Amino acid sequence: MTAPEQTETAGHGDISVGVAGAGASGDGSASATRITPGNALRPEDIALEVRTGLARPTGDVAEYALRLGDDALILAQRLGHWISRAPELEEDVALGNIALDQLGHARSFLSYAAGVWDKTEDDLAYFRREHEFRSAHLFEQPNGDFAVTIARQFVVSYYQFELYRRLTESTDATLAAIAAKAVKEVDYHRDHSAQWVLRLAGGTDESRKRMIHGLKLIWPYVGELFEDDELVTRLAEAGAAVEPSSLEADFDRLTGEVLKEAELEVPDVPAAPGGGRRGKHSEHLGYVLAEMQVLAREHPGASW
Amino acid sequence: MSPHGNPEVPASSATEINREAPKASPTAAPAETSGNAWGLWEVFVRSSRGLSHVHAGSLHAPDAAMALRNARDLYTRRNEGVSIWVVPADAIASSDPDAKGAFFESPQGKDYRHATYYTKSEGVKHL
Amino acid sequence: MAAQNLQSVPDQPAAPQEAKAQDQLEADGQAYFDRVMADDSRIEPKDWMPAAYRKTLLRQISQHAHSEIIGMQPEANWISRAPSLKRKAILMAKVQDEAGHGLYLYSAAETLGQSRDQMMDDLIAGKARYSSIFNYPALTWADMGAIGWLVDGAAICNQVPLCRASYGPYGRAMVRICKEESFHQRQGFEILLELSNGTPAQKQMAQDAVNRWYAPALMMFGPPDDDSPNSKQSMAWNIKRFSNDELRSRFVGMMVEQVRVLGLTLPDSEVRFNEDTKKWEHGPLDWDEFKEVLAGRGPCNSQRLERRRQAHDDGAWVREAAAAYAHKKSMKTKEFAA
Repeated sequence: MTAPEQTETAGHGDISVGVAGAGASGDGSASATRITPGNALRPEDIALEVRTGLARPTGDVAEYALRLGDDALILAQRLGHWISRAPELEEDVALGNIALDQLGHARSFLSYAAGVWDKTEDDLAYFRREHEFRSAHLFEQPNGDFAVTIARQFVVSYYQFELYRRLTESTDATLAAIAAKAVKEVDYHRDHSAQWVLRLAGGTDESRKRMIHGLKLIWPYVGELFEDDELVTRLAEAGAAVEPSSLEADFDRLTGEVLKEAELEVPDVPAAPGGGRRGKHSEHLGYVLAEMQVLAREHPGASW
Repeated sequence: MSPHGNPEVPASSATEINREAPKASPTAAPAETSGNAWGLWEVFVRSSRGLSHVHAGSLHAPDAAMALRNARDLYTRRNEGVSIWVVPADAIASSDPDAKGAFFESPQGKDYRHATYYTKSEGVKHL
Repeated sequence: MAAQNLQSVPDQPAAPQEAKAQDQLEADGQAYFDRVMADDSRIEPKDWMPAAYRKTLLRQISQHAHSEIIGMQPEANWISRAPSLKRKAILMAKVQDEAGHGLYLYSAAETLGQSRDQMMDDLIAGKARYSSIFNYPALTWADMGAIGWLVDGAAICNQVPLCRASYGPYGRAMVRICKEESFHQRQGFEILLELSNGTPAQKQMAQDAVNRWYAPALMMFGPPDDDSPNSKQSMAWNIKRFSNDELRSRFVGMMVEQVRVLGLTLPDSEVRFNEDTKKWEHGPLDWDEFKEVLAGRGPCNSQRLERRRQAHDDGAWVREAAAAYAHKKSMKTKEFAA
């Protein structure tokens, strides 16, 4: 891009308020608009490490990272739909932040997993077929109304928090680093969903009815999150992964506390069989992927 | 303090989530929501430790707890702050803008309050 | 207004005296306001201001806010289909920013005495205007590039001078918005650059998008100066700093430079730099179309409003629930305190 002219109408020219000292307060450097990119692990950093051979997952770790990455990716795709449709503008921004966090986690996990097949995050996101995805059914569930989305967020965030909290101690340094970044963000997602569970449950008769219904719709997919299989058992023994079954007690206890405060019951609904980790998905995933992948697949090999 | 007001505080355990806002003036309750419309809140952001909170803007929220969270989502998306205050807009008392100087006249001309007034001691070290 | 607070009010004011006092207040207020304008200083919410100034600002700021909110839609339309995860994240962040910008602007407008609810109701009822450009459809991925580069580019040209608008809350909102938007135009430019350097089909997509968005983007600066009756007053009030044509001409000049870097062309054979006036000139614009779209007869007007109305209606029970919860909580706190 050409250097912008330094006139007051130039694209990125000086944004001056034209009033001497405007915005200054007691301490001259105090500002509410000072912006910085911050300093944290980015998906691009992981992709770079993978490309340069600094980090390379084992086949097992890559499979495991796919699961976590796909969960986050499908959820981000779902949450992104709320932007411009939320109940209030403030919530457009809040759900947008959560979607962006999830997308960031997805990109990190997928970038890492891709290393084992010499691929990229986009190869995995856009050019795998439905049965090659490893997301659990919970993440694939439609947004429904705001209460359904909050119910899904509630389960997801409490599950992910327990998972990432433990994963920070993984013997796989990259998984541990991604988890260390993610756990703080997911901690906030937990807070966001808990706030809303309390408000919807304790708000009006209608909101309470909808909250109860939302939890009922989502709860059949909770069980799948805590199922172990050979892969995670193998990885857990090596100290690289966390056995999902080991998260369940804390999840039950902590979600139980919020539900109790909201005067809600854990829904008494039969569990769905799941199967996402083996590539057996809900009816919804095909549509999600069709929409997500359509443009990229129209132009295979193109760069964007 | 809410665990999310300050990114320097490590991720808390779930049980520590403080669901109430720390210190919203209890007398401000009527300002928080009138009818079904969410009340207006003023947001103050501290950009880094050691600096004052500065007015960043306003937002709508049903209560103080949500106002804080909305402020976090809205006004600190680019690392603008390490701490946030929210205040119900109508809890702020302000000086009268039409005072036309009367309110702020007194300090004018009292230059003996300022070090620069004392010229004879200029150049004397450590003074 | 708090205007009478510091004025000495007679104990037993006779009616004619009161009227006179009121006249005096108005005159004092006007004199103060005029001095603020002459000094190029700022008016703040509780200051006296002419009714027409308040009305003009309220209209302009609320229209600006509506434009941000409606403007989310053409781009939100592509979040789910963004062709790479990086682009998806960027686009999500951008559309989310627009919600924030709408919100900052509604807040600024609220300081003039109208609630956001009222403004939102006016928008949904079709009583309020917003930038007509958002009534055009975003048909391909390249539109994300063209919207960022041309539409945000034009918006930034308009907005940077508004950081110095005479109304304090508006200027401050614009400072924040301009800082945040600095990435919006660049990401659009880079989308187009990537497409232009891509496959022939991608390059064609980029050129097609630039062709469709160019004229509507130029019209974002508003009607020509001789057909813009409100401009003069807005400039006298230091709300507007440059005329529509002046800004448009500067914008065209910037685009001429940048389109070369993109390896694309502007769909306007009459763009030239006039050595006499030292201004960039462009081909004729279809102002009849502009007026039609503004009047509601554009390609997407009803679709955009319907989407906003639906989101607002669908969210009503959530807003009510949160308000009811807050009310119950504060009642409990009071009981406890009593």
